[in-house]
Amino acid sequence: MALIDTINPLLTTGWSKGDAGWSLKDYEARGGYAQLKRILASKMPQDDLIAEVKKSSLRGRGGAGFPTGLKWSFMPKAAPEKYVVCNTDEGEPGTFKDRDLLRFDPHSTIEGMIIAGYAVGAKRGYNYIHGEIFDIYQRFEEALDQARAAGYLGDNILGSGFSFDLFAHHGWGAYICGEETGLLESIEGKKGQPRYKPPFPANFGLYGKPTTINNTETFAAIPFILGMGGEAYLNLGKPNNGGTKLFSVSGHVNRPGNYEVPMGTPFAKLLEMAGGMRGGRKLKAVIPGGSSAPVLPADIIMDCTMDYDSIAKAGSMLGSGAVIVMDETVCMVKALERLAYFYFEESCGQCTPCREGSGWLYRVVHRIEHGEGRADDLDLLNRVTDNMMGKTICALADAAAFPVRSFIKHFQSEFEYHIEHKKCLVDPAVQRAGSGFFKAGAA
Amino acid sequence: MNNQYDMLSPEALAKIDREVAKYPADQKQSAVMAALVIAQDEKGWLSQETIAAVAAYLGMAPVAAYEVASFYNMYDLQPVGKYKLTVCTNLPCALSGGVHAADYVKEKLGIDFNETTADGKFTLKEGECMGACGDAPVMLVNNKRMCSFMLPEQIDKLLAECK
Ligand SMILES: Cc1cc2nc3c(=O)[nH]c(=O)nc-3n(C[C@H](O)[C@H](O)[C@H](O)COP(=O)(O)O)c2cc1C
Ligand code: FES
Repeated sequence: MALIDTINPLLTTGWSKGDAGWSLKDYEARGGYAQLKRILASKMPQDDLIAEVKKSSLRGRGGAGFPTGLKWSFMPKAAPEKYVVCNTDEGEPGTFKDRDLLRFDPHSTIEGMIIAGYAVGAKRGYNYIHGEIFDIYQRFEEALDQARAAGYLGDNILGSGFSFDLFAHHGWGAYICGEETGLLESIEGKKGQPRYKPPFPANFGLYGKPTTINNTETFAAIPFILGMGGEAYLNLGKPNNGGTKLFSVSGHVNRPGNYEVPMGTPFAKLLEMAGGMRGGRKLKAVIPGGSSAPVLPADIIMDCTMDYDSIAKAGSMLGSGAVIVMDETVCMVKALERLAYFYFEESCGQCTPCREGSGWLYRVVHRIEHGEGRADDLDLLNRVTDNMMGKTICALADAAAFPVRSFIKHFQSEFEYHIEHKKCLVDPAVQRAGSGFFKAGAA
Repeated sequence: MNNQYDMLSPEALAKIDREVAKYPADQKQSAVMAALVIAQDEKGWLSQETIAAVAAYLGMAPVAAYEVASFYNMYDLQPVGKYKLTVCTNLPCALSGGVHAADYVKEKLGIDFNETTADGKFTLKEGECMGACGDAPVMLVNNKRMCSFMLPEQIDKLLAECK
């Protein structure tokens, strides 16, 4: 879907023409590749470039929010072979921003990756693209061909002596490959099972070589940051939460879609941009950062601003910026059951607490939803999450535990009602009507 | 058979070569995911023999290729219908009718998830988030074609289109 609304567009400046504005010529016409040219022509010192990114306070847009400039500075200087990898695996339920970034403006990500390659001294990069979005993978390959033909990729870019080439790797359906080391294993042609850390990718990454891995939106922001200067970018947002951010708003709003707003924008404003609540119904809960982020009830989220610190203070995570909006037609037990199933299904199985724990979580929530819950099931669920969190190689176990704990914490009485009465608190007919799939009045 | 991989067409092998060229010369195995997709497109599904052929072409142990084929959800290790429909039922989609869309398709085709119609035309699968939740309900046709806003009328149209 093309751009609907934005405040202060950077990442989405190229989206206004929908599918007609993605190619190299369009990107150049709006100032694209100017930053790469400037850096190469001036032989900008790598440390200066990284310092500028640090100044912007850009934090990784893939979920963890790690400071990007700092991550780049971890790359060893001397290593002869290094890589830059982009994470477009985008499997976190609720997230659909990277798809639109590559669909409407693939060259900003490409330029960002080339600049990152220059900054960390890498000569080769890969973009790992989510399996289900084949058309986007094709478009990205086309954009790479355009960039190569124009001399932005390959040997001796624009006569600067700097060489960098970039390729697309297509995933094929595994959420765990969004985890950065699972992703690297996958590029190596293996099962996408995450690696022990340390060593971190900056020391031991793709093919065992130092690797910088960032999210698509992180790379796409780089040309804009260098264009306006790190400080100006920071000032768009708020301290420690620089710049603008894409929010993918899904669920019970009138206009689901991607919205680019400055960090620190009130949630209420974002909801208004997304057209407000569907059918004028009442807001019940919001998952503010992708399905792995703890759910927040309406009264808490309505007081939040959309930035890392505000959402963390409210007890959740800004994560990937996927805002899942639920209204009063939602049964929270059923909603949690679907999420628990997802983590059970997608656990890669290598760590016992995650493999077994995610199955336990799903089966217990399932039995509550199906009227077979037991009095001590909520305690049992919390105990299972205790045995999962922080006890595994990667954070998928935590991602499975957070929804369970937060749904129970904020909607305990609804879970208790379900166990006691063996049915949903929300009338099934109301739930059915909530999705908007069936025309009003139809069976 | 002249070699272990001549069950794959020259066109398929040429496509695999293009994938191999993306990776360092000593990292051919990196192309296995793409090569398995190419083989699946050609054969309709991945039999043990097909997987072994891909492995042989890339100089890998067959078990290493099989591990990959069985790890990622979109490889079909069993025959599927001419049209494989994968409906996303994850929460963001479900809020806007993903589960109802799946129920609707089940009723229309008379099959459940992981089943194929008697005429071999359709296989139905339950999918996880496809990164398109703003367009819910969404479904994939044969892994590569994404269909958005699949309300009853659109589903009827899609099913009628699949000849
Ligand atoms: C289970 C799991 C799934 C993840 N999925 C994604 C993803 O789809 N996209 C992404 O960019 N990061 C994802 N991450 C985060 C990555 O591991 C990594 O932190 C990120 O790509 C780093 O880029 P950034 O610093 O630019 O955010 C995931 C992490 C975990 C534990
Ligand atoms: S939940 Fe269906 S595409 Fe994301």
